[in-house]
Amino acid sequence: MKEKIRIAAGQGFWGDLPDAPVRQVEGGQIDYLMLDYLAEVTMSIMQKQRTRDPNAGYARDFVPLMKQILPACVERNIKVIANAGGVNVEGCAAAVREVANSLGLKGKLKIGIVTGDNILPRIDDLLGRGFELRNMDTGQPLATVRDRIQSANAYLGAAQIVEALQKGANVVITGRATDTGLTLGPMIHEFGWAADDWDKLAAGTIAGHTIECGAQCSGGNCQFEWQSIPDMANVGFPIAEASADGTFVITKHEGTGGRVSVPSVKEQLVYEMGDPHEYITPDCVADFTTIQLADDGADRVRIFGIKGRPATDSLKVSVSYSAGFKAVGTLVYSWPDAYEKAKAADKILRARLERLGLTFEQILTEFVGVNATHGPLAGDSSSEVPEVQLRVGVRDHDRSAVEKFTKEIAPLILTGPPGVTGFAGGRPKVEEIVAYWPALIPKTEIAAKVDVIEV
Amino acid sequence: MKIQLAKLAHARSGDKGDTANVGLIALRDEVYPLLVREVTAARVKDHFKGICHGDVERFELPNLGALNFLLHESLGGGGTLSLMTDAQGKTFSTALLRMEIEISDEERERLKL
Repeated sequence: MKEKIRIAAGQGFWGDLPDAPVRQVEGGQIDYLMLDYLAEVTMSIMQKQRTRDPNAGYARDFVPLMKQILPACVERNIKVIANAGGVNVEGCAAAVREVANSLGLKGKLKIGIVTGDNILPRIDDLLGRGFELRNMDTGQPLATVRDRIQSANAYLGAAQIVEALQKGANVVITGRATDTGLTLGPMIHEFGWAADDWDKLAAGTIAGHTIECGAQCSGGNCQFEWQSIPDMANVGFPIAEASADGTFVITKHEGTGGRVSVPSVKEQLVYEMGDPHEYITPDCVADFTTIQLADDGADRVRIFGIKGRPATDSLKVSVSYSAGFKAVGTLVYSWPDAYEKAKAADKILRARLERLGLTFEQILTEFVGVNATHGPLAGDSSSEVPEVQLRVGVRDHDRSAVEKFTKEIAPLILTGPPGVTGFAGGRPKVEEIVAYWPALIPKTEIAAKVDVIEV
Repeated sequence: MKIQLAKLAHARSGDKGDTANVGLIALRDEVYPLLVREVTAARVKDHFKGICHGDVERFELPNLGALNFLLHESLGGGGTLSLMTDAQGKTFSTALLRMEIEISDEERERLKL
């Protein structure tokens, strides 16, 4: 059994720096590469893609990435854990298998496939048996949006990843698995942690939370002394150097930019935090008030002392559903009186919308350069502000109302206040809103499955 | 006298649905008790008047020298439903750092502020 492993984060979200995972593999020693592709509404995008094309429905960029790094990963025994499978884990695995074959890796690679998170085909059965899948934020039962559901997945934890690794998988592909489970899984596998060793499971979970947003813990989006953080063009993504005793060090490859420091790690720890006493995952309940941090040399932070509690009996479910349409239009007004002009334009626009009889579930005007980020806290804007972007958004279930709104923006250029530009993009696009519905389901209702295929 | 939080703390914020979270972290451990005393949930609710339409909850993390605030009903519906530029609440962190808190001369001297 190993005493220490290095788990590298390669993507903080689907669309993060494309070469980051490559640099994690090539930049120094690592044992695992962890890739988190799934944001809350990503599954619905993938579901739509699969409806159009039965072979689609997963993070497509994962396949060319595998082509690029698989030879090095196989040679150096670096295992890849990714929730790239989306709503078509088997399709993703088949594509990776094909790539591995074309690279001449036959007999050298096993792909672990984790399924069972997709409960879309079972929704009616579940609702029929009395599981209301109430929205965790609003308390409403799922039945209220039943006819608009686009995807439904339970968040799986580390257990299936561990099983795949124990069956010899070098690449583990999951669907909706928690981002923390992608990091915790390798630790349980390598260190043989017991299923009820809550403190260690909590430690691995917090290691996962620390690196799941990629460079956001190694200098990216870091407020603390941000001006002095070196070489961000070459930012190093984080690596969790985990020990069997449940302590770990957050670091990055030598020679990379960015900075791993106690303040940079603290900023990531509090990111998207709820009640710090109970960070609930399928694997355990982690207590963030027990985390201890210590400077461990240049770009190294040691984390220890973490306590955890038993996991709950439920899994979180993420349902996506169609929730109407929206569009956002913008125009830019220049000095002098930029803010006054933008306000006048908004007034004119709203009067015209009213004359057309258009009402919306929501309409929002923001003045970028004045109040779009801090609202009234930004205080009074000087009349000398050099430019202001007028930004108006509407949302409604009636698509045609939103369509009509999009035709009212550009005319303001010739029929409104002067000094206006920034319309080259044409009419605003009408976007279908796919909203997120978090709910809970008993663990006993989810039968996750692990398959391992040989290349 | 008054002092702005930007001189005492750094912060990061994010979203969970229509709730924004702001983690406020003391720049130095010695400053943390001052944050605990002055940056109450009620004061934060008042600071975000017109922005936060729900309750404000506060959690203490003395181990990180940090306070975590949950600002409910702040993101125009949250997620993809929101029309806001900052639908994910990313700039609530710096918005909180605008807050001014009371500090005595004695404290200012002792904390070298």
